[in-house]
Amino acid sequence: MAAETAIRVAGVTKRYRRVAQSHKFLTLKSAFVGGNLFKLLNPAEVFTALDGIDLEIERGETFGLIGANGAGKSTLMKLVAGTTKPTEGDVVIDGKISALIELGAGFHPEISGRENVYINGIMLGLSRAEIEARFDDIVAFAELEEFIDAPVKNYSSGMYMRLGFSVAIHVDPDILVIDEVLAVGDEAFVHKCLDKIGEFKRRGKTILLVTHGMETVRRLCDRAAWIDRGKVKALGDPIRVVDRYLNWVGEQEESELTRVEKQRVASAGEGAGDGADVEIAPEPPASPEGEEAPYEPGRWGNQAARIEGVRFLDEEGHAGHVFATGDAMTIEISWSVADEVKDFVFGIGLFNANGVSCYGTNTDVERFKGKSLAGEGNACIRMPSLDLVGGTYYLDVAVHSRDGRPYDYHRGLYSFRVHSRYGDVGVARLGHSWDFTGGVQWKQLGGISSERDPDLDRSD
Amino acid sequence: MWHSLSRLLQHRLLIRTLVVRELTARYRGSMLGFLWTFIHPLMLLGVYTFVFTYVIDPFRGDGASPYALFLFCGLLPWTWFSSALAEGANSLLMGGNLIKKIIFPAEVLPTVSVIHNGVNFVLGLPIYFAFWFWFKPESVSIHLLWLPLVIAVQVLFTLGLAFFLAALTVHYRDVKDLLANILTLWFFGSPVIYSYTYLKSEKPDGLGTKLLELNPMTHIIEAYHTSMFTGEMLHWRRFGVTAIVAVLTFIVGYYFFDRLRDSFVEEV
Repeated sequence: MAAETAIRVAGVTKRYRRVAQSHKFLTLKSAFVGGNLFKLLNPAEVFTALDGIDLEIERGETFGLIGANGAGKSTLMKLVAGTTKPTEGDVVIDGKISALIELGAGFHPEISGRENVYINGIMLGLSRAEIEARFDDIVAFAELEEFIDAPVKNYSSGMYMRLGFSVAIHVDPDILVIDEVLAVGDEAFVHKCLDKIGEFKRRGKTILLVTHGMETVRRLCDRAAWIDRGKVKALGDPIRVVDRYLNWVGEQEESELTRVEKQRVASAGEGAGDGADVEIAPEPPASPEGEEAPYEPGRWGNQAARIEGVRFLDEEGHAGHVFATGDAMTIEISWSVADEVKDFVFGIGLFNANGVSCYGTNTDVERFKGKSLAGEGNACIRMPSLDLVGGTYYLDVAVHSRDGRPYDYHRGLYSFRVHSRYGDVGVARLGHSWDFTGGVQWKQLGGISSERDPDLDRSD
Repeated sequence: MWHSLSRLLQHRLLIRTLVVRELTARYRGSMLGFLWTFIHPLMLLGVYTFVFTYVIDPFRGDGASPYALFLFCGLLPWTWFSSALAEGANSLLMGGNLIKKIIFPAEVLPTVSVIHNGVNFVLGLPIYFAFWFWFKPESVSIHLLWLPLVIAVQVLFTLGLAFFLAALTVHYRDVKDLLANILTLWFFGSPVIYSYTYLKSEKPDGLGTKLLELNPMTHIIEAYHTSMFTGEMLHWRRFGVTAIVAVLTFIVGYYFFDRLRDSFVEEV
């Protein structure tokens, strides 16, 4: 296929203007007095959504756009679809374009699906005869044969969306712009859509796809671009671009968790100095049962021994907050003691985001007998494989006496996030393998892979 | 601007479809359905006839009898004008997701407001004619042929204002609240319930008379009165000036709309 350009985005900048209300009132007045409304409607505040974007998408190419929310993906989509115009630069489109940005935009709730198909089709640029010819396909694809004469207001959101998708895809464009619409709809319909997109691909149509589904990008796209704060951060091979993006997401999460943790520790630490024995932990965190109180972060204890900090270390000893299921992790507790303490126990407790205890242990239940604790040092718990399901976890750490009198108890001040390749559920991932006997055959074998692949499709 | 304007013609099919949609959707779910299109003006006519015959006596003179018919003649175009403006001013906001989400020519929306209210007007005409032929057959004349011209002038004037107001409403939501009151004032400032001819003969130098002279709707309604109530020749000079004003209103309104077009997507 000749490398013709289907979509050319050249030096495109898009600024959104925010005109303050007070400013507006003045303009209305002076506009009518001075007659220069157009000039006066100029921005008080400017937000740059896209900043000098250059992209060329070839005919027949499937191009993925990824990036965090608010990065400018949708703005770029709108520019390509032609619903907005760039502030600077040019967008040149070669071919008939259909945009699946908002499915069913323009459906009128009071009238039937049938009438809406016609109206929507005409809005998308079809003639009446063309719609007539495709009508049955549209309805069949949307699986709405029974309901096509019911008013659209009675449709479920899934039906609504299916019909919208079906109309838009039957416009049979040269260029198809898809914006995150695959996020809605049930599994079966998503597969159907992906099949349809695959068919488009085979027929040499150009597809521009915006999605948070990294798997979709990797599987479907010929090239991808990662957009961040209005700029192209990476462009090219989708696998490479997705990796760079995911790394960046990891870093963002890391810094966010660090920031939140700092805040929590700081606020719990206030008043801990004089507020000793404000609250006594009823039981050591090793006992998982009988925890009726809501799980709230906090800190208490008489400070005979102090916990100065907690870090999560990976295999190489780098501190972080984001781990993958199966990674090695070490929890490092830094402690200090002013006067020697003879009766001491170190303990940890892991809680998931629902406050459910996932695991707890301490040195006492594991038969360590304390003799003397003096000066300062670290207590480390090494886990060769972090067998937790995906999610955010909160950590209780404590140093207390054997009868449970807390010296320093940190409740939920530290947290880390676990990404899992799998959608498995529960409080922990139990080590396991599958074995089958009898007439079982698999197209493909599953199994644990060490590849780090945060399950981003589920976030936001 | 001329280029964009020609696009309006290209979107005939879209406009027609949307007009049909508005008409079908409006009375969907009501028992009388489309009949409301006819019942509405008749009921309104009944109310006005009662009020202005038995409660208040407006300035009407002998030229305006039978009064109910006279009222009907002015009320039909006025209802079209005022509902088209009220709806048209709001049309971009209501159709916001169309402009934002699909490639959609914004000028279609106010146009649809004007046309679909015009359909109600046109459907009301046969009823009016039936009454007219029955109660005032002597005044049916060749001057009825001016009617299409009068309608055309009204369409241009209404479209121009609708474009202007729609674009303005996007930036200043206050317009639609203001508009409701302005339309009430405008209604009383147009010779719908009273006769302009009679007013002019009774108080030729009155302030009201002078002000009414400046109102384009005065001359448009008067043109309806002459062509389809009294069956007289149009007042050429007044109507000619009004036609020019209508064309200018259309051009200015559309120009204003066209200039602000790019801001709609962001502000809607």
